[in-house]
Amino acid sequence: MSARVHDITLNRRQFLIVGSSVAGGLVLGLPAIGADHGDSERMIGYFIEIASDGSVVIGSNQPELGQGVRTALPMLVAEELDVEWSKVSVRQMPLGIVKTADGYTWKYGGQGVGGSTGLTSNWDYMRQIGATARQQLIRAAAERLGVRAHQCTTRPGVVTCGSLGTEIPYGDLVADAAQLDVPDEAPPLKDIDDYRIIGTQQKTIDALDMVTGRTRFGIDTVEPDMRYAVIARAPVLNARVKSFDDNDARKIDGVLDVFTIEGPEPGAPYTILASGVAVVADSTWAAMKGRDALQIQWHESANATDSSEKFWRENEAALETTGQVVLDDGDFDTAMASAVKVVEGRYRVPFVSHAPLEPQNCYAYVQEDRCHIIAPTQMPSGASRAAAAVTGIPREHIHVDMTRVGGGFGRRLTNDYVAEAAMISKQTGWPIKLLWSREDDIRNDFYRPGGLHELRAGVDADGKVVAWTQRLASGSKYYRRPNMPDENLWQAELYPDDFPKGLVDNLRLEYFHNTIGLPRGSWRAPAHTANAFVIQSFLDELAHASGQDPLQLRLDMLGDERELPYNGHGGPTFNPGRLSRLIRFVADRIDYGVERPAGRGVGLATHFTFGGYAAHAIEVTVSDDGRLGIERIVAAIDCGLAVHPNAVRAQLEGGTIDGLSTALGLEITVRDGKVQQSNFHDYPLARIAAIPAAFETHILPYDDVPTGVGEIVLPSAAPALANAIFAASGKRIRNLPIGDQLAA
Amino acid sequence: MTSFKINTESVDFDGDPGTPLLWVIRDHLNLTGTKYGCGIGQCGSCIVHVDGRAAVSCVMPVSGVDGRSITTIEGLAATQAEPHPVQQAWLELDVPQCGFCQPGQIMATVDFLKRHPRPTDEDIDKNITNLCRCGTYVRIRKAIHRAAELMAAGEGT
Repeated sequence: MSARVHDITLNRRQFLIVGSSVAGGLVLGLPAIGADHGDSERMIGYFIEIASDGSVVIGSNQPELGQGVRTALPMLVAEELDVEWSKVSVRQMPLGIVKTADGYTWKYGGQGVGGSTGLTSNWDYMRQIGATARQQLIRAAAERLGVRAHQCTTRPGVVTCGSLGTEIPYGDLVADAAQLDVPDEAPPLKDIDDYRIIGTQQKTIDALDMVTGRTRFGIDTVEPDMRYAVIARAPVLNARVKSFDDNDARKIDGVLDVFTIEGPEPGAPYTILASGVAVVADSTWAAMKGRDALQIQWHESANATDSSEKFWRENEAALETTGQVVLDDGDFDTAMASAVKVVEGRYRVPFVSHAPLEPQNCYAYVQEDRCHIIAPTQMPSGASRAAAAVTGIPREHIHVDMTRVGGGFGRRLTNDYVAEAAMISKQTGWPIKLLWSREDDIRNDFYRPGGLHELRAGVDADGKVVAWTQRLASGSKYYRRPNMPDENLWQAELYPDDFPKGLVDNLRLEYFHNTIGLPRGSWRAPAHTANAFVIQSFLDELAHASGQDPLQLRLDMLGDERELPYNGHGGPTFNPGRLSRLIRFVADRIDYGVERPAGRGVGLATHFTFGGYAAHAIEVTVSDDGRLGIERIVAAIDCGLAVHPNAVRAQLEGGTIDGLSTALGLEITVRDGKVQQSNFHDYPLARIAAIPAAFETHILPYDDVPTGVGEIVLPSAAPALANAIFAASGKRIRNLPIGDQLAA
Repeated sequence: MTSFKINTESVDFDGDPGTPLLWVIRDHLNLTGTKYGCGIGQCGSCIVHVDGRAAVSCVMPVSGVDGRSITTIEGLAATQAEPHPVQQAWLELDVPQCGFCQPGQIMATVDFLKRHPRPTDEDIDKNITNLCRCGTYVRIRKAIHRAAELMAAGEGT
C-alpha cells in the first residue's frame, strides 16, 4: 500500500489509527471518531449511527467473502460501545480513500482481506472505535447533567449517572457527542471477563437477506443505462489478438459494440491477464451470443507448446541437479550420513483454480474526470489502483463500492477484472457490467502453483529425526512481480520457519524455479496447502518406515509449549506445543488407538500458519475395488480467542471441505498451451455426498488475543485424508489429486 | 412472444425465444436471487421451480416455459415476515457463508422434500447435487433434516 501521511499529526485528539495492512505495510487511517466526522446528526464518527429508537448501525469496512467478518468486526465495536447486539445492523462501507500531500490515506482504516488478517488487524481498531464512541457519549451526558464524566457509566444503549439516578439513551446524546473533541488519552478497553458479545454464539447478521435472495452480489449490480459486456479470451495461454471479424456478431440483436482489449506483454507485470475482444450488448445473453459469433485470429503464443507433461518432466529432471539452497541449518550432510535409516519420497501437488461460485464481474462507469466501480473484491484499494492505471483518472476520483463477494479464496486479491471493466467503459463511455463465464474463470486464473517436492529424512538408532530436507521444483507465483529478483522467487513457495524448523537440528531446503505459461497467484493458505500436504504425509511415511507410531513421532518432534521464532505468515513466534495439544485432542476424539478392521483407517495431520493452529483426524474406508468413503471427520482449531465462534466453526467446516474437495479431484492441466479444464464437469468440486454427516468441529481456547482463521483450517485436511487412506489400504498418496488412484 | 407466470406476476417476453430462462429472470425481470454459476446445469445456483418442480434455468430456453408457472427464491415465502420452513431451517442452522449458492440450494431442497418428506442421509446424497464452493455441506445436511421436521410439524405452511 502506498499510504503515507505527512501533514497529519499523529495524536490521540485526532484518533489516528496505526495498523498493519494486508500487504504488511503500515497504514495510517484518519480519525474514525472525532468532531465533524459524522455524516448526519445520528452519526458518531464514520462507523457508528445511533437512532432515537436505540437501533444502531455499524459500518463494516472490510470485504465480506463468507468468512464472517461483516458480523465479527461489528461485534467488536458493539462490545466496547456497550449496546445490545440485537439492536445492531450493519452497512457495508466503500473504499475510504483520501488524497494527502504526497499520497493517499484511508479514512476507514486499512481495507482488504487476505492472509487471514481481517480480524487480527482490526482487533484493536474496532474495539477502540467502540470504546471512544462510548466515552464521548458519557462525556456528552456528563456535560448535560453538570457532573463529572467519571460519575457516569453505561448499561447497554444508555448512559447512567448513579448519583443523580438519571439515565439518558445513546440516541439522545449522539448529536452532542459527535461535536466533542476526543481527549488525548485513549479510554481503557474491557477485560475479557466482562465481554457480553465477543466470544458468544451469534448468527450471521444478514443471513435472512441471503436465504431470501435479496442480497446483492457484484453480479447482481443494476445501474441506470447499464450495458452488459463479455470478453472473448485466447484459447492458448498468453496469445494476443491478431485480427477479428465481427460481422456476424454485430448482426445479433442487442449487440452494441465490439473492440479489442489490449493485454500486457507475456510474463510482464500485469494489470489484466491477456488481450481479448470485448462484446458490449443490451443484455448478458446478447453479449454471450455475440461473442460466440466472433471470428478471431490470434498471434502464435510463446506458450503454444506448453504442457503439463513437459512441466512435470522438467521438475523431475531438476531434482536430479542441485538447486538454490535457501536454508541450511546445522551440518546436514554429516547428520544424514550418520543416520541408521533414511526415508525418501517425492510428492506432486498440482495447479488448481480458485473457482469461486460467483464468476468474476465488475460494474464500471468511467466519465471524463471520475469513475465508479462496484465490484466483488478482496482488495478494494487494488481495484482503485487498477481502475486508475487504465483510465488515468486520479484515484481520489475513483469511487469503489464493495458488494458481498460470492467467494474469494485469494482469486479476488487480483483486480484484473476491474481493470477490464474500466477499459470497456472508458472505450464506450457507457456504464457497463462485465461478466466472466465459468469457462473464462477456469481457463484464465491465477492458479495455485504446481510443484514436485522431494522429502528425505534420516533417523538415528533411537528413532530421532536427525536430518531433514525438502527439495521443491515449482513455478513460483512471484514470477510476474515487479522488481522481484530471481533469487527470491522461492520465498512464495517454501517457508523456512515452517515445521520442522527448530525441531530438527540439521535441516536443508532447496528450490528449483521452473516456468510454464499458466498465470500463478495466491490460493487460500497459499503454499501451506502444498507444504503441509507433503510434510504431514512424509512424517507418516517416516514413522511407518522407522517403526514408530505416527502420532507419537509427531508429539516427540513437536514437544511441549515454547515459543520459536517465526518470520512470515503469522509470526513473530510459533508454539509447537499448541500443535501437540491439538493433535492429541483430535486423536483422542477419533479413538486413534483403537484397532480398525482391514479397509478402515484413521489419519492425522496438523499445521500452523497465519498465527493459528489446526489439526484433523479423519477416518476412511477403502473397499477392495478401491472405493473411498470418508466416514468421519474431527477438525480442531486453536485461534487464541474465538471472537465469533459460530463463524470459526463454519470456517473449520468449509476449510476442511475445501482441502478435501481439492485433494479428491481437482487439477488444472495444460496441453498445446491450452488449459484443458473449462467448467465443473471437468473441474469437479466435491458435492454433499462426499462429506459425511459425522463431522465434528472443536475450538480449543488459548489466550485473550484472536488469530486469523480462514486459511488456518485448510492445510492439514488433505494430509489427514491421505494418511487415513494409507492406514486403511496401505496405499500411499504421493500425487494429488487422488482421483482414481485407489482403483485396483 | 413467450408468456408465463413468475411468482405472482404474469410476464410476456418478446426477445430471443432461445434466451435461457436464467437471463430473462435476471436481466429482464430484475430478479437477481437466481444466480449464474456455470451455465451448463452443473452447479445448481440457478435452480427455480417450473410448475413446482426444480429446474436448472441456465440451460432452459425461455420458450420452454410458455404458459407455465415459475417460482424463484424471491417468491418462495408467502410473505417476507414469514420465511418458508426451508429458509427458516437455513436460518436456524446459519448455513450461508458467502451465500451465493444458497438460493439454489434452498430451491432444490424445497422440491426434494416434497418427494422425500423424511429424508435419510443417503436420500440427500443421491438427490442434492448443488455445488457449494465454501463447503457449507455439513450445515446444509442438518438444515434439510430440520426443514423436514418443521414441515412435518406443519409450521409455516
